[in-house]
Amino acid sequence: MPEIILIGLNHKTAPVELRECLAFAPDQTRDALETLQIQASVKEALIFSTCNRMEILFVPADKTATDSVIRFLSEHKDIPVTDFTDALYIHEGDDAVKHLFRVASSLDSMIVGEPQILGQVKKAYKDTVANKGSGAILNRLMHKAFSIAKRVRKETGIGDNAVSISYAAVELANKIFSDLGKRSVMLIGAGEMAELAVEHLISNGVQTIIVANRTFENAVSLAARFNGQAVKIEEMESFLGDVDIIISSTGATEFVLTKPQVKKAMGQRKHRPLFFIDIAVPRDLDPAINRISNAYLYDIDDLQNLVNDNLDERQREALKGERLVEEAVIKFRWWLNSLSVVPTIKDIKHKLECIADAETDKTLAKLDSLSPEEADAVKRMTRAIARKIMHDPILFLKNTGEHRDDTQYLSVARHLFNLDAALEGGKE
Amino acid sequence: MTLASCQNALFIITTAIYFMSTAGYILYLLVQKEKFQHAAFGLMCLGALVHAVTTGLNTWAMGTLPVHNLHQNLSIAALVLAVVFIVLKFKFNLKILGIFTAPLVLAMMAVAVVLPETQPAAESTLKGFWLVSHIILIFIGEAALALACGAGILYLLQERAIKEKKRGFFYKRLPSLDLLDSTSYSCLITGFTMLTMGLITGLVYAKSVWGRFWGWDPKEIWSAVTWLVYAAILHGRLTSGWRGQRSAIMTIVGFAVLVFTFLGVNLLIGGHHQVFTK
Repeated sequence: MPEIILIGLNHKTAPVELRECLAFAPDQTRDALETLQIQASVKEALIFSTCNRMEILFVPADKTATDSVIRFLSEHKDIPVTDFTDALYIHEGDDAVKHLFRVASSLDSMIVGEPQILGQVKKAYKDTVANKGSGAILNRLMHKAFSIAKRVRKETGIGDNAVSISYAAVELANKIFSDLGKRSVMLIGAGEMAELAVEHLISNGVQTIIVANRTFENAVSLAARFNGQAVKIEEMESFLGDVDIIISSTGATEFVLTKPQVKKAMGQRKHRPLFFIDIAVPRDLDPAINRISNAYLYDIDDLQNLVNDNLDERQREALKGERLVEEAVIKFRWWLNSLSVVPTIKDIKHKLECIADAETDKTLAKLDSLSPEEADAVKRMTRAIARKIMHDPILFLKNTGEHRDDTQYLSVARHLFNLDAALEGGKE
Repeated sequence: MTLASCQNALFIITTAIYFMSTAGYILYLLVQKEKFQHAAFGLMCLGALVHAVTTGLNTWAMGTLPVHNLHQNLSIAALVLAVVFIVLKFKFNLKILGIFTAPLVLAMMAVAVVLPETQPAAESTLKGFWLVSHIILIFIGEAALALACGAGILYLLQERAIKEKKRGFFYKRLPSLDLLDSTSYSCLITGFTMLTMGLITGLVYAKSVWGRFWGWDPKEIWSAVTWLVYAAILHGRLTSGWRGQRSAIMTIVGFAVLVFTFLGVNLLIGGHHQVFTK
């Protein structure tokens, strides 16, 4: 029987209609966990539900565990089992561990490297801890999942480059200007993507925002949202000398700004750099503006190309992440194997004998008056002390009692004697 | 061990440390791991320290600044460049400029190593406050202008990547245009100030030795040309907003003229500084 099982469905296996039906809202998770613990034959369990996936991770109590969890899903969500079994994946043992590590590290996400997933995994673990749904195995597994996720983020570039148009614009602005806090942005027109770009710029420090719109009322309401200044579209040109970033997204069929207009403004601003982002289709800004020195113009296609390049880059970095995940899975397997009675007893014996021998050798080195026979006697004595100390704990581990959870006690024993130091792999 | 062989050994050690620093910066450029940059910068500081000790020993042994031949001149120029870079690094934290500085320092040291150590003629004219100030100021100015040129080259690479929308090898590795431009500008101002003061002390020294400020010597003429080029760049920058690409190109041109004045004039034309490059 595998120690850990994970069943679930995600954006690759199930359409959104089905995911909606099986998803657990944040306030439902804890009730569901409670029912799951009562109804299904699981020792430890965790429910992880986001808009892209619903997964249940559990430590089975007996061989019927998987079936009982599926039955629980069907009853709790009131859907016939046959309606969702095709979309369901069931991972057992190392596969389950690997799947969880990949999910937490954002290698399994729709957009590889998106940073929210780790927070969502942590939240799910918090719920299960609050419900007393986790034990020795899940506790360690989840902490390993968090640390591998952090390691993948730190050691690979999966989260490095912008993968949305509005972020790509911010990334570029950061390559042109050193301190966005001192820069100002002008938004011409309106539109979801353009407004998102302004929001990202604000969260990157931009403080001065000017909104120009053909309908002044719209300008005023947008400006209020960004805490900026509304201007009429006719005044727009006079602000070219002051602002540093211009985002244009109007419905105009002709160019809103032309090369001669910008050229004139560049003189006024003493050729300080000016960054144009044209999100409109058809385009608002004359492409020739990019040929003016110290003026940089990116249209929506340019930004899309950037995003595509970045997505490719993330895929390449994800390969490195996969390697780190596999390493972590192997280490977790070592720990799981050690979490049975015989290896643990062996480890305790080994540790205590090592300590006894080391201390004896240290003392004997200073006592050169002892004969070899006397030295042997001292050695035997220290070993005997070590054995006596071990005797009761080992007896207890061999028989923890009928209704007790062995893994719990073994985990405590391993902690008490610090037996897993070698498995931690240095930095932790 | 004699003092001379000790100095020789120190010189080789210095060059080796600069070599390791350069390797560190190249690794940093390739794999973008902070630890390489830290190591490379640490090595640069260590190299400069050993270098300074070596130069100090030389000065003490000769009783005058060791600037008598090309070997010594290159060594001093490399030391001053390393020191100016270290100071700038603390001020601007522009790590990537090391990728320009370290190889340049190493190249100067390498050329100095292979150059024969000609025995300097014992000249009494190489002493005195004005001369020492002249030499030190000019070297600092040249180092700062070399860094201005380096920042200018990096600016052009980055500006090209952004303008042509082709993000190549350098885009990710270089900082913002703003930072590169302002670093280049600060180096330019520092360098120009030092150069100006260095030239003035040179004039005063010429007056005290030869009884005249100006002798139409080729070195003097080219120094004046260099000074005028940099004055023009600064003027353009301050009054007509020459910044970014144009300023970067001019900084590189200016440095080319400077290198010619430093080496080319002595080697190709001659003049009263010629003795220092023998």
